[in-house]
Amino acid sequence: MKFQGVAAGIAASFTLLSTSSAFAVTEISWWHAMTGANNEVVETLSKEFNESQSEYKVTPVFKGTYPETLNAGIAAYRAKQPPAIMQVFDAGTGVMMAAEGAIKPVADILSMGGKPFDKSQYLPGIVAYYSKPDGTMLSFPYNSSSPILYYNKDIFQKAGLDVDNPPKTWPEVWDAAKKIKTSGAAPCGFTTTWLTWIHTENFAAWNNVSFGTNENGLAGLDVELKINSPIFVKHFQELADLAKDGTFKYGGRTSEAKQIFLAGECGIFTESSGGLGDVVKSGMNFGTGSLPYEPEAQGAPQNTIPGGASLWVFAGKSDEEYKGVAAFFNFLSTTEIQARLHQVSGYLPVTLEAYEKTKADGFYDKNPAREIPIKQMMGKAPTENSKGVRLANLPQVRDIENEEFEKMLAGDQTAQQALDKAVERGNAAIKQAIGN
Amino acid sequence: MPQSSRPSATKKSAPHPYPLPVTNGGRGINAGAPQADEGHSGKEEALSPRVTFPNKVLPYLLVAPQLAITAVFFYWPAGQALYQSMLREDPFGLNSKFVWFDNFARVLSDPNYVNSLKVTVVFSIATAFVSMAVALLLAVMADKVIRGRGIYRTLMIWPYAVAPAIAGMLWLFLFNPSIGTLAYGLRWLGFDWNPLLDGTDAMVLVVTAASWKQISYNFLFFVAGLQAIPKTLIEAAAIDGAGETKRFWTIVFPLLAPTTFFLLVVNTVYAFFDTFGIIHAVTGGGPGKATETLVYKVYNDGFVNLILGDSAAQSVILMVIVIGLTAFQFRFVEKKVHYG
Repeated sequence: MKFQGVAAGIAASFTLLSTSSAFAVTEISWWHAMTGANNEVVETLSKEFNESQSEYKVTPVFKGTYPETLNAGIAAYRAKQPPAIMQVFDAGTGVMMAAEGAIKPVADILSMGGKPFDKSQYLPGIVAYYSKPDGTMLSFPYNSSSPILYYNKDIFQKAGLDVDNPPKTWPEVWDAAKKIKTSGAAPCGFTTTWLTWIHTENFAAWNNVSFGTNENGLAGLDVELKINSPIFVKHFQELADLAKDGTFKYGGRTSEAKQIFLAGECGIFTESSGGLGDVVKSGMNFGTGSLPYEPEAQGAPQNTIPGGASLWVFAGKSDEEYKGVAAFFNFLSTTEIQARLHQVSGYLPVTLEAYEKTKADGFYDKNPAREIPIKQMMGKAPTENSKGVRLANLPQVRDIENEEFEKMLAGDQTAQQALDKAVERGNAAIKQAIGN
Repeated sequence: MPQSSRPSATKKSAPHPYPLPVTNGGRGINAGAPQADEGHSGKEEALSPRVTFPNKVLPYLLVAPQLAITAVFFYWPAGQALYQSMLREDPFGLNSKFVWFDNFARVLSDPNYVNSLKVTVVFSIATAFVSMAVALLLAVMADKVIRGRGIYRTLMIWPYAVAPAIAGMLWLFLFNPSIGTLAYGLRWLGFDWNPLLDGTDAMVLVVTAASWKQISYNFLFFVAGLQAIPKTLIEAAAIDGAGETKRFWTIVFPLLAPTTFFLLVVNTVYAFFDTFGIIHAVTGGGPGKATETLVYKVYNDGFVNLILGDSAAQSVILMVIVIGLTAFQFRFVEKKVHYG
């Protein structure tokens, strides 16, 4: 007790010192995981916000990769020194939501800032993903993306495929891929990044089939996986069969396959819309299309789900800081900033107004690829299968899926066996994660 | 280090009928200490010198900084790990429950844990064997070189200064199925090289990278060990008509036993604990769980999957393994290895 008193005294004197030296400017730290050009965007935004007013100062701090940033934030919270704002990637959303006492919903913060959150102004697919089952928005969508299809026009031409009409369904993709391989236009027909995010989570949403119970986790964290249903088994068996003769080439668990596509090894490629920048930079003669769907699935294509990251606010900060965070988020939501973010970085715009403005400016006429992910996400009102996937331990479940997929692609097991095992192991892991 | 052991060897062994080599294998740093007191008095005291302090407080003061460092950087975190290993806790520490040995029971009954134990054993044996065999070969070769000896040795020792993650990236690039030069060569030779999906290929890749980095270290100790072997023995054997191979296997190799044994322990510990960076950079424990060693699993469960209790329980088990290996080393390497 005595020690605590002393500690509090020391802490108080430090607080006094720091506030007196800061001349009443409230500092807001923002931990993020953006590198390269995206890091510059973070720096520019902070600078512009700081120059636009004098009460608050946002300080961006780079904390490493997405998982590293999440871990740093968790460690800081345990040491009772969390930042005000932390960027958390899509798969970490469930982890943050499960930590109810540690975070403060963004909806509350925006109300504190005097400008309550108006759902109707934001893209519905994105809002649904970052909201609680009762509709309260928990985190602020910062960089959202969705998977789309890319194809190499030169390879298409060589293989005698229609350069202006990319395949729309998976059977069409397989046919085109086989043609590319057999015609010798390229050593491989199809490759993809993120088998988990694109071919499992988005596959479920886009084809309107269940990924797991409880609305894929959005209605509650007690989820049982459904990814061994026939449509998944069919899709993965097709991938496994194509992998045998190299028509489909596996690149790795995350974005490694981008290299293969950029090297001209494969003709067709599914990847995040956020990967567009690198494809453009490579100077390749490429085209884009919507994510392929399964024609047998009822109601397909439905809508895709957002990936990327959102900004979370930690609990236990002062009202002053929360007001500053609200001001910053309002600044980020302005049409001008959103439209620029979207056009420069390739992230999806968060507000409808920014989308309309970009459209009115004629940006999509010149850059049709930029509109594909928005159309995919806005096409239809999300169903219980397509709002997103939220698990308390999604990174762990993705690892389990990857391990089983790799064994399947190596020829050690069939798609049915791989998906059955993934479900069994995944369910056990989810139970353990929520059983605290 | 190699230089320090040689002159002392000749000095000490002068009175003996046969010039016996020093029994310190490669542990050159410790070698000087007992010998420095040789002229003191009796032989026993020369081997275990006893320093007496005039003041009773001074010795405690002198060891205090070391003790403080050990307490802060070892006992405290070790204690924390022990405590954490008996907790069930969410990542943020909002709810925690004391569960005694539940985490240990779950970890030990997990088939994935048993798998990573197997992976670790295969990986460690392969790494220790490859890195020691190659290092010994290079050391024997380098021992014969007369001109440019220093340059050869420096070049051999160089890779040891490379950070594990960078060493991993180097080999990853060389063996990358799409862009790697060596992978291209392998495919040209008809191998279906694909470490992304083939567990054996992935294991070969991490073992190669891990061994390559350790060869320098082993090389250094083998060179020192070779220098401690008296040339007269080898010359005598040569006069008796023993060929080069015979001389190596009957004289050099047995006399190197202490060095080899010491390196075996050091290399095993290295393969167990210091190869995280390489595995993280090269395979990330995949494909499947083909290269997930015990240390990698601790990281994966703790920092990726955020299951702190299980991760802590695994690190406690690892701690027990290290203590066991160290005790083993002290008991056998320090005392039991002699040659007559």
